[in-house]
Amino acid sequence: MPDDHDRKLASPVRRYLTLLRMFASTSLSAEMEYRANFTFSVLSSAMNLGASVFTVRLFFSHGASLGGWSWSAALVVLGAFTVLSGISQSLLQPNLNKLVEQVREGTLDFVLLKPIDPQLWLSTRRFSPWGIPDFVLGCVLVVYGSLAVAPSAFAWLALVASLACSALILYSLWFIMATTTVWFVQIYNVTEVLRGLLDAGRFPIDAFPPGAYRFVFTYVIPVAFMTSVPAQVVLGQTVPAHLAGALVLGAALFGVSRAFFRFALRYYTSASS
Amino acid sequence: MIFLRKLAALLVTAFAHTTTYRAEMVLWALSGSMPIILMGVWFQAAQGGRLEYSPLEMVRYFVAVLVIRQMTFVWVIWEFEESVVRGRLSHDLLRPIDPVWHYLANHFAERIARFPAVLALVFLCFWLYPGSAFFPGWVVMGQAAALILGTFVTRFALQYTLATVCFYNERASSLESLSFIAYTFLSGMLAPLDLYPPIVQQVAAWTPFPYLIFAPARLLIGEEVDVVGAFQVMGAWTLGMIVLQRWAWRKGLSRYSAMGA
Repeated sequence: MPDDHDRKLASPVRRYLTLLRMFASTSLSAEMEYRANFTFSVLSSAMNLGASVFTVRLFFSHGASLGGWSWSAALVVLGAFTVLSGISQSLLQPNLNKLVEQVREGTLDFVLLKPIDPQLWLSTRRFSPWGIPDFVLGCVLVVYGSLAVAPSAFAWLALVASLACSALILYSLWFIMATTTVWFVQIYNVTEVLRGLLDAGRFPIDAFPPGAYRFVFTYVIPVAFMTSVPAQVVLGQTVPAHLAGALVLGAALFGVSRAFFRFALRYYTSASS
Repeated sequence: MIFLRKLAALLVTAFAHTTTYRAEMVLWALSGSMPIILMGVWFQAAQGGRLEYSPLEMVRYFVAVLVIRQMTFVWVIWEFEESVVRGRLSHDLLRPIDPVWHYLANHFAERIARFPAVLALVFLCFWLYPGSAFFPGWVVMGQAAALILGTFVTRFALQYTLATVCFYNERASSLESLSFIAYTFLSGMLAPLDLYPPIVQQVAAWTPFPYLIFAPARLLIGEEVDVVGAFQVMGAWTLGMIVLQRWAWRKGLSRYSAMGA
């Protein structure tokens, strides 16, 4: 008679959930070695956010606006940006920087040999708590900005859905960038470039001059979908169209990231590839 | 004389190292795209004519910020932290020259290697905003170059002093992230400082930060800047930092135990 343990392992969803929990708890205990860091990280998140809010305020205090967006809409955009930056500090940076290292040192072999989806392992193995302050403060700012219009229950739901899409878009872009390391080895600052460009997400898309800027930030590095759309969704401006766009984009980019990773693996030749 | 020969040798090897990964150079230059983003937002905001700067002046200001940022980029604390945590500092200490020269050589070599990419970015901005191209004249360029060099030395001294904390705490670079926020906020990287509320401007004047970006940027776009005064303030801060660093260095080194210090 097969024992219970075997049957538990056989259910893939169950197995993956257990694994995710174990990944998170081992990473946490490793990072907790540096507890004093947490104070710093809270402090720097708060200061960072303060400086960002001040900068946005600067535009309004001089009577210039950010592309006609209201103060509270601009705050929601900034909040969404901060939430995403928390997610990237907690999940994307630790995992995907490691991916680059593993390709360079050839230790990616060990991951590929494991009986688990390699993309899942590579994207969730590490969890760093240092992004939590940004995530929390970002949420607070999003809620504070949204309260200006007293959104309906549906709008709140749409907001959560749209933020999830933003996270998916961000993750997929980041993963695609990190995958190129199979060809470019020493290129872990590809992700730095991405991070630099994502800074554009601090501002509503209409704050940029028409033309090259808006094109790049909508279609090439879709920060417009990541931070402006959540704000538009919760503030009740053209909800369905924008949300649908973000959903399609997120799903498509995620698909691309999976296909691209599989394609790249064909060129991976272990150490010093 | 021998010391200069050593320095030259360090610089040459650092340059060779840096240029091994040339594509990386372009990427690092691109990763400093914040001024280009802010340039767009401020250009658009200045359209209404409510700011003291015209749209094209904003573009020029941020082109200057871009160049200054790229030329004064400092990362010594991360390099030092890694050396201490991994024990590699021991090798550096065995060399017959203080490790600081090694780090300085790396920074300088990187600057030279990065310069073409920076020029390309400047021309990209000029192309994006027709009519924004400008040349401040050779005298101003000379003054600005000297000021930017001074800025770099000040930034390096500030960060290298913080880096000595690595002897006591393995993750001293979190201190740097705090000081970097102050630098970002008070240096004029986000907006020309004269747009800030007066009270913030007064606070900023007590720190070295406004001299690190705002002063050279104003000089480059053709405004009056008290160059001598800027040098005096930066010189005083740098000197103070060097004294502090040497003291902390000597104390820290006696704690350093090659691995897991």
